[in-house]
Amino acid sequence: MFKQLGVMLKITRSHGIARRYFVVNGFDGALTMLGLITGFYVSGNVEFSVVHNACLGAAIALGMSGLSSAYISEAAEKQKELRELEEAMVADLGNSTYGQATRLIPLVIGLINGLAPLVISLIIILSLWITHTSALQLITPLESALLTAFVMIFLLGIFLGRISGTFWLWAGMRTLLIAVATATLIFALSPH
Amino acid sequence: MVSVKRVVLDVLKPHHPNGFEFSTAIAEKIRGCRVKLRVSEVDEKTETVVLVIEGEKLPYDAITEVISSMGGTVHSVDEVEVECEPNEDEPA
Repeated sequence: MFKQLGVMLKITRSHGIARRYFVVNGFDGALTMLGLITGFYVSGNVEFSVVHNACLGAAIALGMSGLSSAYISEAAEKQKELRELEEAMVADLGNSTYGQATRLIPLVIGLINGLAPLVISLIIILSLWITHTSALQLITPLESALLTAFVMIFLLGIFLGRISGTFWLWAGMRTLLIAVATATLIFALSPH
Repeated sequence: MVSVKRVVLDVLKPHHPNGFEFSTAIAEKIRGCRVKLRVSEVDEKTETVVLVIEGEKLPYDAITEVISSMGGTVHSVDEVEVECEPNEDEPA
Protein backbone atom coordinates (compact mmCIF):
# COMPACT_ATOMS: atom_id res chain seq x y z
CA MET A 1 0.00 0.00 0.00
CA PHE A 2 2.85 2.40 0.89
CA LYS A 3 4.55 1.57 -2.42
CA GLN A 4 1.34 2.42 -4.29
CA LEU A 5 1.05 5.65 -2.31
CA GLY A 6 4.66 6.46 -3.21
CA VAL A 7 3.86 5.92 -6.90
CA MET A 8 0.81 8.19 -6.64
CA LEU A 9 2.80 10.93 -4.92
CA LYS A 10 5.47 10.57 -7.60
CA ILE A 11 3.24 10.68 -10.69
CA THR A 12 1.15 13.59 -9.39
CA ARG A 13 4.36 15.30 -8.24
CA SER A 14 2.72 15.85 -4.85
CA HIS A 15 5.60 15.01 -2.48
CA GLY A 16 6.89 18.60 -2.72
CA ILE A 17 3.42 19.94 -1.93
CA ALA A 18 3.04 17.59 1.05
CA ARG A 19 6.45 18.66 2.40
CA ARG A 20 5.57 22.33 1.95
CA TYR A 21 2.26 21.89 3.75
CA PHE A 22 4.04 20.06 6.61
CA VAL A 23 6.49 22.91 7.13
CA VAL A 24 4.01 25.77 6.62
CA ASN A 25 1.33 24.42 8.95
CA GLY A 26 3.82 22.91 11.40
CA PHE A 27 5.39 26.35 11.71
CA ASP A 28 1.90 27.83 12.13
CA GLY A 29 1.20 25.39 14.97
CA ALA A 30 4.47 26.04 16.78
CA LEU A 31 4.17 29.85 16.46
CA THR A 32 0.53 29.83 17.59
CA MET A 33 1.50 27.86 20.70
CA LEU A 34 4.44 30.18 21.28
CA GLY A 35 2.11 33.17 21.01
CA LEU A 36 -0.46 31.69 23.38
CA ILE A 37 2.10 30.65 25.96
CA THR A 38 3.95 33.97 25.77
CA GLY A 39 0.60 35.70 26.28
CA PHE A 40 -0.11 33.61 29.37
CA TYR A 41 3.45 34.15 30.63
CA VAL A 42 3.10 37.92 30.29
CA SER A 43 -0.30 37.85 32.03
CA GLY A 44 1.12 36.01 35.04
CA ASN A 45 -0.77 33.93 37.63
CA VAL A 46 -2.92 32.15 35.05
CA GLU A 47 -4.38 28.85 36.23
CA PHE A 48 -2.81 25.76 34.70
CA SER A 49 -6.18 24.39 33.53
CA VAL A 50 -6.85 27.61 31.61
CA VAL A 51 -3.45 27.43 29.89
CA HIS A 52 -3.82 23.70 29.17
CA ASN A 53 -7.36 23.95 27.80
CA ALA A 54 -6.68 27.03 25.70
CA CYS A 55 -3.57 25.44 24.14
CA LEU A 56 -5.36 22.12 23.55
CA GLY A 57 -8.33 23.90 22.00
CA ALA A 58 -6.06 25.88 19.69
CA ALA A 59 -4.12 22.70 18.76
CA ILE A 60 -7.30 20.82 17.83
CA ALA A 61 -8.66 23.80 15.89
CA LEU A 62 -5.36 24.12 14.00
CA GLY A 63 -5.43 20.39 13.19
CA MET A 64 -9.03 20.48 11.95
CA SER A 65 -8.44 23.66 9.99
CA GLY A 66 -5.31 22.19 8.37
CA LEU A 67 -7.05 18.93 7.49
CA SER A 68 -10.18 20.43 6.00
CA SER A 69 -8.62 23.40 4.19
CA ALA A 70 -5.88 21.34 2.53
CA TYR A 71 -8.30 18.54 1.62
CA ILE A 72 -10.83 20.90 0.03
CA SER A 73 -8.27 22.92 -1.92
CA GLU A 74 -6.17 19.93 -3.01
CA ALA A 75 -9.24 17.91 -4.07
CA ALA A 76 -10.35 20.81 -6.29
CA GLU A 77 -6.82 21.23 -7.73
CA LYS A 78 -6.35 17.52 -8.41
CA GLN A 79 -9.80 17.22 -10.04
CA LYS A 80 -8.96 20.16 -12.30
CA GLU A 81 -5.61 18.57 -13.23
CA LEU A 82 -7.31 15.23 -13.97
CA ARG A 83 -9.99 16.86 -16.11
CA GLU A 84 -7.37 18.76 -18.13
CA LEU A 85 -5.30 15.61 -18.57
CA GLU A 86 -8.35 13.61 -19.64
CA GLU A 87 -9.13 16.26 -22.24
CA ALA A 88 -5.55 16.07 -23.56
CA MET A 89 -5.55 12.26 -23.54
CA VAL A 90 -9.12 11.98 -24.89
CA ALA A 91 -9.60 9.14 -22.39
CA ASP A 92 -11.26 8.42 -19.09
CA LEU A 93 -8.48 8.17 -16.48
CA GLY A 94 -10.83 7.46 -13.57
CA ASN A 95 -9.58 3.90 -13.08
CA SER A 96 -5.91 4.68 -13.70
CA THR A 97 -3.35 5.47 -11.01
CA TYR A 98 -4.08 9.13 -11.83
CA GLY A 99 -7.76 8.68 -11.01
CA GLN A 100 -6.93 6.88 -7.75
CA ALA A 101 -4.38 9.57 -6.88
CA THR A 102 -6.98 12.30 -7.49
CA ARG A 103 -9.15 10.68 -4.82
CA LEU A 104 -6.44 9.65 -2.33
CA ILE A 105 -3.71 12.32 -2.49
CA PRO A 106 -5.91 15.22 -1.22
CA LEU A 107 -6.72 13.11 1.83
CA VAL A 108 -3.03 12.33 2.47
CA ILE A 109 -2.05 15.99 2.05
CA GLY A 110 -4.95 17.02 4.30
CA LEU A 111 -3.76 14.59 6.97
CA ILE A 112 -0.19 15.90 6.75
CA ASN A 113 -1.42 19.49 6.89
CA GLY A 114 -3.66 18.74 9.85
CA LEU A 115 -1.32 16.47 11.78
CA ALA A 116 1.76 18.72 11.49
CA PRO A 117 0.42 21.58 13.69
CA LEU A 118 -1.51 19.16 15.92
CA VAL A 119 1.50 16.95 16.71
CA ILE A 120 3.88 19.90 17.19
CA SER A 121 1.34 21.63 19.45
CA LEU A 122 0.76 18.42 21.42
CA ILE A 123 4.51 18.06 22.02
CA ILE A 124 4.57 21.62 23.40
CA ILE A 125 1.48 20.93 25.55
CA LEU A 126 3.08 17.67 26.75
CA SER A 127 6.13 19.56 28.03
CA LEU A 128 3.74 21.93 29.83
CA TRP A 129 1.94 19.00 31.40
CA ILE A 130 5.11 17.06 32.34
CA THR A 131 6.63 20.07 34.11
CA HIS A 132 3.33 20.71 35.90
CA THR A 133 3.07 17.17 37.25
CA SER A 134 6.79 16.78 37.94
CA ALA A 135 7.88 16.93 41.60
CA LEU A 136 11.15 18.67 40.75
CA GLN A 137 10.30 22.04 39.21
CA LEU A 138 13.47 23.75 38.05
CA ILE A 139 11.45 25.91 35.66
CA THR A 140 7.75 26.75 35.52
CA PRO A 141 5.44 24.84 33.11
CA LEU A 142 5.07 27.97 30.94
CA GLU A 143 8.86 28.40 30.70
CA SER A 144 9.21 24.73 29.80
CA ALA A 145 6.57 25.04 27.06
CA LEU A 146 8.23 28.21 25.74
CA LEU A 147 11.57 26.39 25.57
CA THR A 148 9.96 23.43 23.77
CA ALA A 149 8.27 25.77 21.28
CA PHE A 150 11.65 27.39 20.51
CA VAL A 151 13.24 23.95 20.08
CA MET A 152 10.42 22.80 17.74
CA ILE A 153 10.76 25.94 15.62
CA PHE A 154 14.53 25.48 15.51
CA LEU A 155 14.05 21.84 14.39
CA LEU A 156 11.63 22.92 11.65
CA GLY A 157 14.32 25.33 10.48
CA ILE A 158 16.86 22.51 10.36
CA PHE A 159 14.38 20.43 8.31
CA LEU A 160 14.02 23.35 5.88
CA GLY A 161 17.81 23.66 5.74
CA ARG A 162 18.11 19.99 4.79
CA ILE A 163 15.57 20.48 1.96
CA SER A 164 17.26 23.58 0.57
CA GLY A 165 20.75 22.19 1.14
CA THR A 166 21.85 25.16 3.25
CA PHE A 167 23.88 24.93 6.47
CA TRP A 168 21.58 23.40 9.14
CA LEU A 169 22.63 25.73 11.95
CA TRP A 170 22.00 28.86 9.89
CA ALA A 171 18.60 27.54 8.72
CA GLY A 172 17.64 26.69 12.31
CA MET A 173 18.85 30.04 13.62
CA ARG A 174 16.79 31.86 10.98
CA THR A 175 13.49 30.29 12.10
CA LEU A 176 14.52 30.71 15.74
CA LEU A 177 15.02 34.41 15.07
CA ILE A 178 11.41 34.64 13.81
CA ALA A 179 10.22 32.93 16.99
CA VAL A 180 12.27 35.29 19.19
CA ALA A 181 10.92 38.30 17.25
CA THR A 182 7.35 37.03 17.76
CA ALA A 183 7.82 36.54 21.49
CA THR A 184 9.54 39.95 21.83
CA LEU A 185 6.68 41.62 19.99
CA ILE A 186 4.13 40.03 22.33
CA PHE A 187 6.19 41.08 25.37
CA ALA A 188 6.53 44.61 24.02
CA LEU A 189 2.87 45.09 23.09
CA SER A 190 1.31 43.43 26.12
CA PRO A 191 0.07 45.86 28.78
CA HIS A 192 1.87 44.93 32.02
CA MET B 1 1.83 -23.34 -29.09
CA VAL B 2 1.62 -19.71 -30.16
CA SER B 3 3.51 -17.11 -28.16
CA VAL B 4 4.10 -13.38 -28.68
CA LYS B 5 7.84 -12.66 -28.67
CA ARG B 6 7.94 -8.98 -29.55
CA VAL B 7 5.44 -6.15 -29.77
CA VAL B 8 5.85 -2.51 -30.80
CA LEU B 9 3.18 -0.16 -29.45
CA ASP B 10 2.42 3.46 -30.13
CA VAL B 11 1.30 4.85 -26.77
CA LEU B 12 -0.03 8.24 -25.70
CA LYS B 13 0.80 8.98 -22.06
CA PRO B 14 0.94 11.90 -19.62
CA HIS B 15 4.38 13.45 -18.90
CA HIS B 16 4.32 11.80 -15.48
CA PRO B 17 5.22 9.01 -14.86
CA ASN B 18 8.26 9.71 -17.03
CA GLY B 19 9.74 7.25 -19.50
CA PHE B 20 11.96 5.60 -16.91
CA GLU B 21 9.13 5.11 -14.39
CA PHE B 22 6.72 4.01 -17.13
CA SER B 23 8.97 1.33 -18.62
CA THR B 24 10.11 0.17 -15.16
CA ALA B 25 6.45 -0.33 -14.14
CA ILE B 26 5.88 -2.50 -17.23
CA ALA B 27 9.03 -4.53 -16.61
CA GLU B 28 8.00 -5.07 -12.97
CA LYS B 29 4.57 -6.42 -13.97
CA ILE B 30 5.64 -8.52 -16.99
CA ARG B 31 8.35 -10.76 -15.60
CA GLY B 32 11.26 -11.67 -17.85
CA CYS B 33 10.51 -9.05 -20.48
CA ARG B 34 12.75 -6.42 -21.99
CA VAL B 35 11.28 -2.94 -22.46
CA LYS B 36 12.58 -0.21 -24.72
CA LEU B 37 10.89 3.19 -24.76
CA ARG B 38 11.45 6.00 -27.23
CA VAL B 39 9.68 9.35 -27.03
CA SER B 40 8.49 10.29 -30.50
CA GLU B 41 6.40 13.39 -29.82
CA VAL B 42 5.99 15.81 -26.92
CA ASP B 43 2.91 17.98 -26.37
CA GLU B 44 1.94 20.36 -23.56
CA LYS B 45 0.43 17.71 -21.28
CA THR B 46 1.11 14.44 -23.08
CA GLU B 47 3.79 12.60 -25.01
CA THR B 48 3.70 9.87 -27.61
CA VAL B 49 6.11 7.02 -27.00
CA VAL B 50 7.06 3.94 -28.96
CA LEU B 51 7.28 0.93 -26.70
CA VAL B 52 9.21 -2.12 -27.79
CA ILE B 53 8.57 -5.07 -25.50
CA GLU B 54 10.36 -8.37 -25.96
CA GLY B 55 10.01 -11.60 -24.06
CA GLU B 56 9.44 -15.33 -24.27
CA LYS B 57 5.69 -15.24 -23.91
CA LEU B 58 4.22 -11.76 -23.70
CA PRO B 59 0.73 -11.39 -22.20
CA TYR B 60 -0.77 -8.59 -24.34
CA ASP B 61 -3.77 -7.95 -22.06
CA ALA B 62 -1.54 -7.59 -19.00
CA ILE B 63 0.69 -5.13 -20.91
CA THR B 64 -2.25 -2.91 -21.92
CA GLU B 65 -3.60 -3.12 -18.38
CA VAL B 66 -0.31 -1.77 -16.94
CA ILE B 67 -0.22 0.95 -19.59
CA SER B 68 -3.77 2.12 -18.76
CA SER B 69 -3.13 1.94 -15.02
CA MET B 70 -0.25 4.39 -15.56
CA GLY B 71 -2.59 6.70 -17.47
CA GLY B 72 -1.49 5.70 -21.00
CA THR B 73 -3.55 4.58 -23.98
CA VAL B 74 -2.42 2.30 -26.80
CA HIS B 75 -2.94 4.14 -30.09
CA SER B 76 -1.78 1.39 -32.37
CA VAL B 77 0.03 -1.92 -32.47
CA ASP B 78 2.81 -1.17 -34.96
CA GLU B 79 4.67 -4.48 -34.98
CA VAL B 80 4.06 -7.95 -33.62
CA GLU B 81 6.36 -10.95 -33.66
CA VAL B 82 4.62 -14.20 -32.93
CA GLU B 83 6.16 -17.65 -32.84
CA CYS B 84 4.41 -20.96 -33.08
CA GLU B 85 6.49 -23.60 -31.39
CA PRO B 86 5.96 -27.02 -32.95
CA ASN B 87 4.30 -29.60 -30.76
CA GLU B 88 6.77 -32.36 -29.93
CA ASP B 89 4.13 -35.03 -30.56
CA GLU B 90 3.46 -33.85 -34.12
CA PRO B 91 5.45 -35.46 -36.96
CA ALA B 92 7.94 -33.16 -38.67
